[in-house]
Amino acid sequence: MNLSAKVRTIKNGGTAHLGDIPLLPIDDFCQTILDAIDHGWRVASYFGVPQGDEVTLFVVLGYKVEGIIALLRSVVKEQFPSLALLCPQLQLFEREIWEECGITPEGHPWLKPLRFIPDARTGIRPLPGVMEQYRVTGDEIHEVAVGPVHAGIIEPGHFRFQCHGEEVFHLEISLGYQHRGIEARVVGGPYPATLFQMEAAAGDTTIGHTQAHCMIMESLTGRRVPHRGEALRGIALELERLANHTGDLGAIAGDVGYLPTASFCGRIRGEFLNMTALLCGSRFGRGMLRPGGTGFDLGDRQREELLQRLETARRDLTIAVNLLWSAPSVMARLEKTGTVSLKDAREIGLVGPALRACGEARDVRKEYPFGIYRTRQLPVAIATTGDVHARALIRWREAEHSLDFIRELLGELPRGATRSGPHASSPPAPEMLCVAFTEGWRGPICHVALTDTHGLFRKYKITDPSFHNWSGLALAMRNQQISDFPLCNKSFNLSYCGFDL
Amino acid sequence: MTDLAIHILLVLLMPPLLLGVIGKSKAAFAGRTGAPYLQPYYDLARLFRKGMVFSETTTWLFRAGPIISLATLLTSSLLIPLGNHAAPISFDGDMILFAYLFALGRFATILAALDTGSSFEGMGSAREATYSCLAEPTLFFALIVLARLSGSLSLSTMLTRSLSAVWATSGASMLLLVAALFIILLAENCRIPFDDPTTHLELTMIHEVMALDHSGPLLGCIQYGAALKLFVLGAFFLNIALPLRVGDNLSDWGLFVISQLLLAMAIGTVESVMARLRLTRVPQLLIAGSILSAFAMLLILR
Repeated sequence: MNLSAKVRTIKNGGTAHLGDIPLLPIDDFCQTILDAIDHGWRVASYFGVPQGDEVTLFVVLGYKVEGIIALLRSVVKEQFPSLALLCPQLQLFEREIWEECGITPEGHPWLKPLRFIPDARTGIRPLPGVMEQYRVTGDEIHEVAVGPVHAGIIEPGHFRFQCHGEEVFHLEISLGYQHRGIEARVVGGPYPATLFQMEAAAGDTTIGHTQAHCMIMESLTGRRVPHRGEALRGIALELERLANHTGDLGAIAGDVGYLPTASFCGRIRGEFLNMTALLCGSRFGRGMLRPGGTGFDLGDRQREELLQRLETARRDLTIAVNLLWSAPSVMARLEKTGTVSLKDAREIGLVGPALRACGEARDVRKEYPFGIYRTRQLPVAIATTGDVHARALIRWREAEHSLDFIRELLGELPRGATRSGPHASSPPAPEMLCVAFTEGWRGPICHVALTDTHGLFRKYKITDPSFHNWSGLALAMRNQQISDFPLCNKSFNLSYCGFDL
Repeated sequence: MTDLAIHILLVLLMPPLLLGVIGKSKAAFAGRTGAPYLQPYYDLARLFRKGMVFSETTTWLFRAGPIISLATLLTSSLLIPLGNHAAPISFDGDMILFAYLFALGRFATILAALDTGSSFEGMGSAREATYSCLAEPTLFFALIVLARLSGSLSLSTMLTRSLSAVWATSGASMLLLVAALFIILLAENCRIPFDDPTTHLELTMIHEVMALDHSGPLLGCIQYGAALKLFVLGAFFLNIALPLRVGDNLSDWGLFVISQLLLAMAIGTVESVMARLRLTRVPQLLIAGSILSAFAMLLILR
């Protein structure tokens, strides 16, 4: 299609001068987005930057085959046309723009606050969760409200089910309880605290988010990462994936009451976290990634130990997970529970393992390779059924791929420095827009930074995979048993704080 | 007199140990050390030392629930023979009282749960009521079979005398009964594959969810009651499945205690090797239990 004439394209981790991004009239802008989505592009990020009484809308589109990222902008006042009805994957983005910039998406079918941030005009912060909820009415319909305080030690979120007996007609998810204003805190930065805030954007995806942030910083300052640094970053990212996938497999087993796998995976997850601690001293990878490379190097003795621990963990994990696959009672619970069709998944813009479980092979590591993945490829795991079983299977296959990947990488770790010195960098470039995609364990993470005339952040936009996928969970629950909700929820295992930011 | 004392002591003291044994066996399968055998006793002691919190929306029904439920279980424990020893109370037709004491206790629990007005507890009550309806026929078919085989309408007579002889003559029927009653044992005691007593996920619970609003001593009553129910139904099941008799009074008591512990280990094993059923499959298994016991009855009607 003739999209490239209308947009500015960059590669993952690339920058574009603001002036080079085509400024389209709003109607043209919307039409271009719709055309692009029709042709298999997906919206990675869509946000507004207020300036005076105008708001500049930016859209970041990703194309699957050539690893191209397309940028486009438009200027609007007070309102802009909503595309949510034509293209449901935009509905959350539009609500976000409405909430942050105070401009109205005209014709949005379900315009409600997302994070309950202080109103752009009045400064009053609404109470989280206080809003109109979708209701099904009828004689035998009952409503079940769960949360925001849950029975387990998890993050807060409110779930409202419209049920007919045990069957769920509709689930509405209301988040925003953990909004910390990370994006707003970064404006005018980068500050000394910025890196630490990025590490905590979603606490269980430290490496994934920090990788994206580092890519932004490196791109803006022209800093290069040595090969060894890239390799260690790759190891850290895959260890994070391993720890979380293992934990999820255990949690899925625990939810159906299958104890052996639940207990074993709980322990093995700890082994992977400890391996991350071996790299950098923190089980969650804090301090591992720094702009320009990594904060820590891996000594030869540590490398040997890591290889050895990895083999033990692989053996244990294989046994624990095979127990799961070989128990018919477990399979009966996982199969055909919480199915999302590929058509729905595409429509709502599902990403990451949840999308791959529906049969679409999309993975940032392959499509928009960054860091070590530019030279080393990982196979993309895929399943077809889109149910809880498929999402569990994807986790196991990805864990296997990650184990192979780390082992190979440790075997031929590049020599040299792990981090390029600050002398190699220039001051942040002014008036730039920079985009970084990474594949965290939950799926693609997108960071977008916009710098002002002094090279400071004018806008920093984070899109966690959870932002796309919570709608997937709501869809997966349609016509399911309400008692299967915890299981479906675990199979997605989405981040609350990654959404709330 | 000694038998009566032992009966009452066992009923009062042994039930929580069964939960401890189940916990330990599950831990062994999961490669963990597990909580001490006596942990359920510590938990009960802790609960009975605590205060209670009552929701303002509840009435006396909510407080009466656990007490009525425990009372019915204690009464039924006096009707059930333990091993080779007749029950302290027995009369013709006590088997009907035995079955409906459970129903009465369940009725009180369900009322207490509905009294809170919580949507979770409402769901739990609906599930409990549905599944107990489906479980009841099995118990009655079993009682009819036993009554016919022993020619008595009293639990003590039908369960203590000559069951080993019955196994020799109507083995097939007894085997079907054992299978059906094991299903009922697991279902009534909210064990996997029917319910998961250790889960914290209120949306998936059946029995546990009805106790969510209880606290302190009343919660203690519920937990002790759950252990007692396992003990009583376990004794009923063991009398049929393992009618082993030594003849010597004290050895028979020992045999009973050992077989109860073995049963607890068996339950722990079942819980470790299989997952919970999908809730929609629960009725199917319960009906399968009813059919098994119905066939047991058909076999002896020849």
